[in-house]
Amino acid sequence: MSIEARREAGLDPARSGAGTVSEPGPPKPARRSRAADLFSKVAPPLIVFVAFIAFWYAVSYLFLEETQRFLLPPPHDVFIVSFLDTVNLTEILNALLSTTQVALVGLAIAIVIGVSFAVLMSLGKWVERSLYPYAVILQTVPILAIVPLIGFWFDFNFRSRVIVCVIIALFPIITNTLFGLQSVDQEMHDLFTLHKASRWTRLLKLQLPHALPAIFAGFRISAGLSVIGAIVGDFFFRQGEPGIGRLLDVYRAALQSEQLFAALFFSSLLGLVVFWFFGLIGHLLTRHWHDTAGQEV
Amino acid sequence: MEQRNPPAPDTGVRPSSKPGAAANAPIIEFRHAGKVFDDGTHAVDDVSFQVRPEEIVAIVGPSGCGKSTLLRMASGLSPATSGEVESSHERLGYVFQDATLLPWRNVQRNVELFGELRGAPKEERTRLASEVIDLVGLKGFERHYPKALSGGMKMRVSLARSLTMKPPLFLFDEPFGALDEITRERLNDELLRLFATEDFAAIFITHSVNEAVYLSNRVLVMSPRPGRLIGEFAVPFEFPRSADLRFEPDFARLSGEISHALRADLT
Ligand SMILES: Nc1ncnc2c1ncn2[C@@H]1O[C@H](COP(=O)(O)OP(=O)(O)OP(=O)(O)O)[C@@H](O)[C@H]1O
Ligand SMILES: [Mg+2]
Repeated sequence: MSIEARREAGLDPARSGAGTVSEPGPPKPARRSRAADLFSKVAPPLIVFVAFIAFWYAVSYLFLEETQRFLLPPPHDVFIVSFLDTVNLTEILNALLSTTQVALVGLAIAIVIGVSFAVLMSLGKWVERSLYPYAVILQTVPILAIVPLIGFWFDFNFRSRVIVCVIIALFPIITNTLFGLQSVDQEMHDLFTLHKASRWTRLLKLQLPHALPAIFAGFRISAGLSVIGAIVGDFFFRQGEPGIGRLLDVYRAALQSEQLFAALFFSSLLGLVVFWFFGLIGHLLTRHWHDTAGQEV
Repeated sequence: MEQRNPPAPDTGVRPSSKPGAAANAPIIEFRHAGKVFDDGTHAVDDVSFQVRPEEIVAIVGPSGCGKSTLLRMASGLSPATSGEVESSHERLGYVFQDATLLPWRNVQRNVELFGELRGAPKEERTRLASEVIDLVGLKGFERHYPKALSGGMKMRVSLARSLTMKPPLFLFDEPFGALDEITRERLNDELLRLFATEDFAAIFITHSVNEAVYLSNRVLVMSPRPGRLIGEFAVPFEFPRSADLRFEPDFARLSGEISHALRADLT
């Protein structure tokens, strides 16, 4: 290209700019078809699943004697006893519902408290310094020691179980949110300073949107933890509506291993669903702009 | 200060669209300004210079010599610890090496940001944003997110965003340093066009001596840290400048002199 021509190009605002100016739209969709895409996402976990079931059968039939088989009943027995027997299934699903309620209420409260605390801590170094150690203690204190105490203080009811969930779910929300709020580039802050943005505007228009991916990463972790909290609380309190935790204990005591495995399966499923749900919400909120948003679901 | 090429009052100053507009009242003035950080780092030492309305002053200096600090002092983000910096205007455009766009906002909403922060009414923001988006050649990209833009285009958005303020003074901190040479040269030409049509003065920091000479009325040379001004060169070439200027012998000679001055202090 002659200098003359290049200058023309340079002076023409519609065409100048970086080399990619001719295709500046959003990244082109991958060449692979949706089906192939779906397959590549589903196949690996599916293979692991099949291998896992095969291993399970192998242990059940090859390693365990007939008399010991209750330790690990084969998958189809678990399926027949707990999924096809409506009495068992209803019992498990009712317990699951109760546990889900506890976990979700606990998580909601943890989200409100956690995000508020993180915002407070982001406002001043001294607030962070005064509160952060206690957040860490919340995380490191053995939950098994705390649960009976909470039972003494708040009675063994719904509220206590929710409190256990909140305690267990709080820390990842606080740390992830705080990290997100604090990881804004200095230059971005400078821009807001130059234009006389108030503390509040800075929080709403810069820090919170910037923190969104981190916040949702925290929610996802805490969602899983909250389910665990609900089960642990239930397991210990043994009062009120039975949840999955209590059921697990009952089945264990009665050597009902098929039901035990089914209950395990459903509680894992619950954790998986909430984890996935928050991943999805986070993805939907940030997919326009966040780099890793596409890989998260 | 070494003055190999003392600027005569009128030579090299870009013909103003408003001839004689208060050419003697500087838009910003550094008077023996220095900066020592809290940790004892002496970044800038005894710097004095002025920028007159519509004048483009380029500053070159080795890495870490305090160029960014100088701009932060000019903007008030980081006040001088000795001497003074006096600015006649509060509004200014600040363009960083990174485009510093908000990734969750599309081009249009990024360009509207400053108006929004200053509480400008919605219609005015929208109108102004469309105007400057057009000016930097991004018409049609209003709904694109930064993620989908090339480095050069992001820089244009950043420029457009500052243009909405109609600032009398622009501060550029190596705005094109991260771009490839062709994009950089194109954006240089764009900037010259903006200098000609919009009335603003600028301090332009760059690593590239060629870029400094091509864009400015005057080039200041800084020493390694603590940064002092060790040279001043008037750039006599007429505006509007064309890309051919880069191949003129005079251009090469001046660039050579400045490079020499830069190196002189790097012992
Ligand atoms: N907030 C700060 N506290 C302490 N030292 C600082 C601070 N900001 C910058 N410095 C130091 O001051 C010196 C000048 O920094 P500055 O960023 O102004 O250099 P620069 O000329 O812009 O460098 P570059 O060419 O790499 O952009 C450097 O040594 C840097 O480490
Ligand atoms: Mg710098």
